[in-house]
Amino acid sequence: MNTIIFRTAAPLIVATMLVFSVYVCLRGHNEPGGGFIGGLIAAASIAVFGMASGVPAVRRALKVDPLAIAGFGVLLAGFSGLLSLFIEAPFMTSIWLYLDLGETVVPLSTPMFFDIGVYFVVFGTLSAIALALESDEEEDL
Amino acid sequence: MGLSLDASIVLAALAPFLAALLTPLVHRLAGAYSGWILALVPAGIFAVLLGAAGPVISGETIAAAIGWVPSYGLTLAFFVDGLSLIFALTIAGIGTLIVLYSGAYLRGHKHKGRFLAYMLAFMGSMLGLVLADNMLALFMFWEATSITSFLLIGFDHNRQAARRGAIQALVITNIGGMCLLVGVIIAQHLSGTWLLSELRGLEGVLKDSAFYGLVLALFIGAAFTKSAQFPLHFWLPNAMEAPTPVSAFLHSATMVQAGVYLLARMTPVLGGTSVWTAVLVAFGGVTLIWGALGALKETDLKQILAQTTIASLGLLVMLIGLGSEAAIAAMLVYFVAHACYKAGLFMVAGAVDHEAGTRDITALGGLADKMPVTFIGAALAALSMIGLPLTVGYFAKEEMYLALVGGDWLMLVALAVLVIGNALLAGVALVIMIRPFLGDALPTPKSAHEAPVAMLAGPILLGGVGVVAGILPDWLGHDVLAPGATAILGHAVEPHLKLALDLASPLIWLSALTWLLGIVVFRQAHAIRAVLRRLSVGLGWNADTVFDAVMFGLIRFAATVTRLLHHGKLEFYLVLVFVSLAVALFWPMLALGGLNWIVPTAELGDWSKRLVPPDLRPYEWGVVLLAVLGLVAVLIAQSRLIAILSLGIQGTALALIFLLFGAPDLAFTQLMVEVLSVVILTIVMTNLRLDARDHRPFEDWARDGTLAVVCGAGVSLLLMLVLNGPLDTRLSDFFTATSVPIAHGANIVNVILVDYRGFDTLGEISVVMGAGIAILALLRRRKKTEATGL
Repeated sequence: MNTIIFRTAAPLIVATMLVFSVYVCLRGHNEPGGGFIGGLIAAASIAVFGMASGVPAVRRALKVDPLAIAGFGVLLAGFSGLLSLFIEAPFMTSIWLYLDLGETVVPLSTPMFFDIGVYFVVFGTLSAIALALESDEEEDL
Repeated sequence: MGLSLDASIVLAALAPFLAALLTPLVHRLAGAYSGWILALVPAGIFAVLLGAAGPVISGETIAAAIGWVPSYGLTLAFFVDGLSLIFALTIAGIGTLIVLYSGAYLRGHKHKGRFLAYMLAFMGSMLGLVLADNMLALFMFWEATSITSFLLIGFDHNRQAARRGAIQALVITNIGGMCLLVGVIIAQHLSGTWLLSELRGLEGVLKDSAFYGLVLALFIGAAFTKSAQFPLHFWLPNAMEAPTPVSAFLHSATMVQAGVYLLARMTPVLGGTSVWTAVLVAFGGVTLIWGALGALKETDLKQILAQTTIASLGLLVMLIGLGSEAAIAAMLVYFVAHACYKAGLFMVAGAVDHEAGTRDITALGGLADKMPVTFIGAALAALSMIGLPLTVGYFAKEEMYLALVGGDWLMLVALAVLVIGNALLAGVALVIMIRPFLGDALPTPKSAHEAPVAMLAGPILLGGVGVVAGILPDWLGHDVLAPGATAILGHAVEPHLKLALDLASPLIWLSALTWLLGIVVFRQAHAIRAVLRRLSVGLGWNADTVFDAVMFGLIRFAATVTRLLHHGKLEFYLVLVFVSLAVALFWPMLALGGLNWIVPTAELGDWSKRLVPPDLRPYEWGVVLLAVLGLVAVLIAQSRLIAILSLGIQGTALALIFLLFGAPDLAFTQLMVEVLSVVILTIVMTNLRLDARDHRPFEDWARDGTLAVVCGAGVSLLLMLVLNGPLDTRLSDFFTATSVPIAHGANIVNVILVDYRGFDTLGEISVVMGAGIAILALLRRRKKTEATGL
């Protein structure tokens, strides 16, 4: 598995997949995609990265524990629902904000943040599992 | 004035919780003086409540509420009447002294801030309990006292005995808490109100209902567990493992009095029946004698006091059970007297322990010279406990005898029990007052000297209150007793306390008899203790050992069930899962006749002629072929790795089918799931160091194969069935129509996930994360055991 071709190509593949995963996540509201699929793609890229460069390198690159990313995702999703309490609407009522930047209008919404939360949960959890499985016995989890 | 006073009542009930949150900060800033600063909180509450005393004495009820769950009509309602005022004032007043005392008692302890925070939170729960109008709020505060007292009793959590005492108190009082919850809900169903203040006016609604027995049993269960009535009394002495300030607070005016408060509060709607009287008087009487004898058995000051608390609780319950005007009056006066002298005595015990190094009365003597102020505090409290004139305890005793004199023979039995119980308690009081302080000085572990001011303020002030209240019976009767008794009985009660020795009345002679017997008990305390100890050894078991046996049995039962269900054989788990799946699939089809929908009927004729191959394009056939090939490869593959990869091929082909037939979202997800499962399965396989080949015995092969075929056939049949039925498109029509206008998204699948059913998704991602944590924990454990070579 550790051929030189794979090891050379892996960073490129990983980078492309990560960018693509964000794209898929963000387009999800109107076209095929969404946080769940985006998170799966990102997690797959981390698995590939782990195989090519070894788990310690991936952990260094990630900077934070993948499970913490998942926890952040749950928190983000939960808080996006709480925002509706400020407009005296029931929990998780969606709020939309259209940012007019002159040339284009950027729609921001609480479901979007919710979807980003889903992305982080799926990404973080599956990466944590994949990395834990890939790591060697000596390495502390 | 009216509105501001109402708001201040809510604040008084909730302020201790706020203070508890800030306590660690205050402690960090103020250090050794944190006790003095934090004592201002209960002192302020005491002042606010005193401000409410005027209107309450003149017969008003102060009520205030804040919204809680408005959609269910629930409010966090509080009200102050005579009864709650007596309890709340006692709690806040003694609470002030206790916080002060704790500050000095735990001086230099590294968790003092934590302790004070627990203490304030407990006090808040207790205040909330006695001020609550809403029964659910009452229950909530009731449980909060259980939890905070658990933290307080187990404060010294490095000791096994403290942990055990805490768990025992929690278990026993929580049984009562559950009783209370069910009782409250039934009471609400019967009466239609959550509010105690409204329930009071509906006298017959509980008593005349068919559920009266049940409701009564539930409320009595709650009160008896909390107030340590025989045979559920045993948690109270074990709770003495707590630091002394905790015992002084919990077992004088608060925790254990919650049950008494509940019974008094429910008297108008539950009391007055023969069952009520019989149960309360019988259990209360037994508890009184049991506790008083228990006190004589002990030599540890705190244990003695704990046992007398049990006795006093029995006495209070007995008086509530009697329920006459005089009995209720006696109950209230006794409650105040007991709260003052018991808190004072516990604080004295703590001071003696703190300064002399031991609490064993056989090892103490002659401390009066070294600790004169402490001795005065002890003496004031003990005199009230004995019930000498000029103390509030005297009136308590007079009132309770008055309630029973001249009754029928059952009343006389109760009177005899009271006299004996009071005499035993008087004897114990003499023991506590005289043994450690008078007589020959004995050497103690620490060289005894006077305790700090903060620790002396409590006993002296409380003892002083006991005497002042005893000198001013008019005030006691008019301002304390009458409003309280009126609140319990529901009709105006006239006070009649007088400080006059009427030698013609039998009461004074009963009191004299009590004192005389008390002195006898004191003289014979040593002999009585020896006899009681021999008896309890002879008995061999007590409620405590029964509790242990029950808890041990529960743990063993849980272990057995766990072993049965959680045997650790992954193979059997999977078999169980798939057998369940097969049953769930086939049971509705076979037993409920679902299969008839797709079985060819006679009208159809020769159905085989109607079979036509599906109209697919060549590349679509190609994808189907790929899926079949993948499947066949899984079955015939020699090595595990090839099987896993072939499974991936089959899944990818499936994803392509989804894509071709217009479900790009599904295809997308399916593809990613396939990729990840192949990767993870491969890593798991190499990590577990499985054989490259999959050998299994024939019977396993047959079992697994059968299960696979049955489940596969089940799913296929189910899908055919579903497709055969008419398609109800109401839901998808709704989503198609509303997705863009109201949810601003064209991808219906995603909009459903993040918006329409976002709450489900929130639950699901939490589960995903929980599962991730569990998997990591499993992996970590495996690596650890490998590392240690186990």
